[in-house]
Formats: sequence, structure tokens, C-alpha cells
Amino acid sequence: METAEAGAQAQDAMMQEVEVHLRIKRFDPDVDKRPHWEEYFVKLKPSDTVLTALHTVKWTIDGTLSFRRSCAHGVCGSDAMMINGVNRLGCVNLISDVGTSLVIEPVRGLPVIKDLVVDMEPFFAQYRSVMPYLINADDPGYTERRQSPEDRARFDDTTKCILCGACSTSCPVYWANDQYVGPAAIVNAHRFIFDSRDQARAERLEIMNQKSGVWRCRTAFNCTDACPRGIKVTEAIEEVKRAILYDRS
Amino acid sequence: MAQALSSRQRSRQNFETWAWFFMRISGLILFFLALVHMFIMHIENDVTQTTVAFVAKRWQNPWWRLFDWLLLSLGLLHGGNGLRVVIDDYVKRASSRTFLKATLYSVAAALFLLGTITILTFR
Repeated sequence: METAEAGAQAQDAMMQEVEVHLRIKRFDPDVDKRPHWEEYFVKLKPSDTVLTALHTVKWTIDGTLSFRRSCAHGVCGSDAMMINGVNRLGCVNLISDVGTSLVIEPVRGLPVIKDLVVDMEPFFAQYRSVMPYLINADDPGYTERRQSPEDRARFDDTTKCILCGACSTSCPVYWANDQYVGPAAIVNAHRFIFDSRDQARAERLEIMNQKSGVWRCRTAFNCTDACPRGIKVTEAIEEVKRAILYDRS
Repeated sequence: MAQALSSRQRSRQNFETWAWFFMRISGLILFFLALVHMFIMHIENDVTQTTVAFVAKRWQNPWWRLFDWLLLSLGLLHGGNGLRVVIDDYVKRASSRTFLKATLYSVAAALFLLGTITILTFR
């Protein structure tokens, strides 16, 4: 009985509106020389998301605030941003998770276009450089390429990537070195390197073995912390390093 | 496909592969070497009281000379390689990078030679 009451009380608390203080790093390329901070106060429920907070600002206070979002449910990966110093998706973090005092910045390491919108092209160029598609010259015939559950499990973790960029843009080496392909590209290389149906393992390992590849990783673990899908990014990178080290092909 | 594969007959590991592997192994060894070194120099003995006599007594045992030489060479190589990677990451201009790396390698080589000569010739 008591726990039910406590549960009901907690639910009530989630419905009570609270004041949320937002500090957002703004940049308008037409007006500003450098980014500046702006503050907003909005009333929200603790069960609202950070994305809702941004929407509330945009729709009721300042329509010029720019940010990306599509599905708003943690699947499309559009709204990666730095919330209180950590890269997260605005749409899956509730006010009750992150608090009522929020500092929101664009992700680092990519050029800012406007406010929270960054140019993702360098990121996608790095993604394309690892050939993120199945390469297999054998004709499977009029059927699918079959794979055992064990072989599928080998790379299951890295299939979860939604290309939000939270990992790469949390990496200190990625910030400093624009030659580094970054954690996200390595995760997507891992997804095919360990796929038993793929035939371009050697080519991918060679790309990973270049100076711009896995050897730039200093195992800071920022990427693993940042990944909204819980991918063990650093572990995937280490697996690729070991695959190169042990490679005898 | 067969042609693509035959062009990959050369060694798959390169300098960066082995540099990484070296960092892993040397880091592990250095951890224990440094612990022992810290204990001897800072806990068992007072570092402010370290004299030539103390070193002479210790280096009568060749194993301690080997220990110190390993600490010297692995420390220099491990730290030097770490700095090389940091320079690659943070220094954008090619000329500055070359200059800094040349300085790094020269200083590391000089320290290695000086230390090695001292350890080998000390009586």
C-alpha cells in the first residue's frame, strides 16, 4: 500500500511544473562574429524532454533558435548536442534526468552553422571512407545470405549506431585532429569487419590501419560515455586494433 | 576479388601497429618498475639523502643496473612515443611538426645515451 502511495506521489511530482533555466550557446553567422550565451526560463514538467524545452523556447520565446530534430524519439540521431557538458540526444533525456539548470551547446569538433546546428559533412565523409556497406562479390542466387545467430551476435553491438555523432564529437583527439576518422566511422567499420558475410575485411582493416585510423584512439572512453545507444565504442575500437595486430591474411 | 587479395600479401602490420603494441606492453612493465622505483626512492629511503655512496652500493648488483636501465629506456621510449602522437594530433603546421619531432627525438636520444653511459661505466 505504502509503495503504491509513494509511486503515486512520485508520479504527481513528475506532473508538477517546474521552472527550467536554460543557457544556450547561440551563433548567427549573419550577425555574430563569435558565439554568445543567451538565457531562457521556461515552465516544464520533469517528465518533459530537453528537446521539449528547446521547442518551448523556439515556439514561445525566440523563433530564431535553430536546432535539428526529426523523430524526437531517439531513433534518427538528429539532435545530438552538449547538455551540461556531456553529449546527449535532446529527445531522450528528461528534465528529471538532467536537472532544471541546463547549459546547452552545439557538439564540438564540427563547424557550427547556426546555434546548435553543426556541419555534419566532415563526419559523413569519414563515415563513407570506411565503406559502410556489405561487400560480397558472390552471387547468393535468388535467396538471402544466411548467417548463424552466433556470427550475427559477433557484431550486434555496432549495428545499433544511429550516426548521431555524439561519440566522435566527444572525442578529444577528434577535436584536435581533423585527420582522425573518429569513433563513429570505426564503429561502422567494425560492423562489417566482423560480419561473416562480408569480403572486404582486408581493405577495411587497411583503412583502419592508416595513421588517421584506429591508432589515433587514446582510449579516453568519452565516446562510450556519450553513445545514446549504449554501444561499447571503445571496446569496438580495441577489437579492430587487435584484429589488425593479429591479422595474418 | 582474387586480384585484390593477392595485392594484400604484404605485411598487414605497420609502424603505427607496433608503436601501439609497444605502448601496451611497455606501459604494463613501467607500471611495476615505477612502483618499485617509487618505493625504494621515496618510502624506503629519503630522496633528499640520496648520495653517490647510496647509488654506488645499489649498483654493485648488476640487476639493479638492468632495472634502472629498463626504467630509463622504456620510460623514454614510452613517453617519447606518447609525445610524438600528441604532436601529430595538436600541431597542424608541417614545419612546426618536423621541428618539434626532431627536437623530441634529439633530446630523447641524448638522455638515453647519457643514462646508458652512466649505468655502464659507473664504478
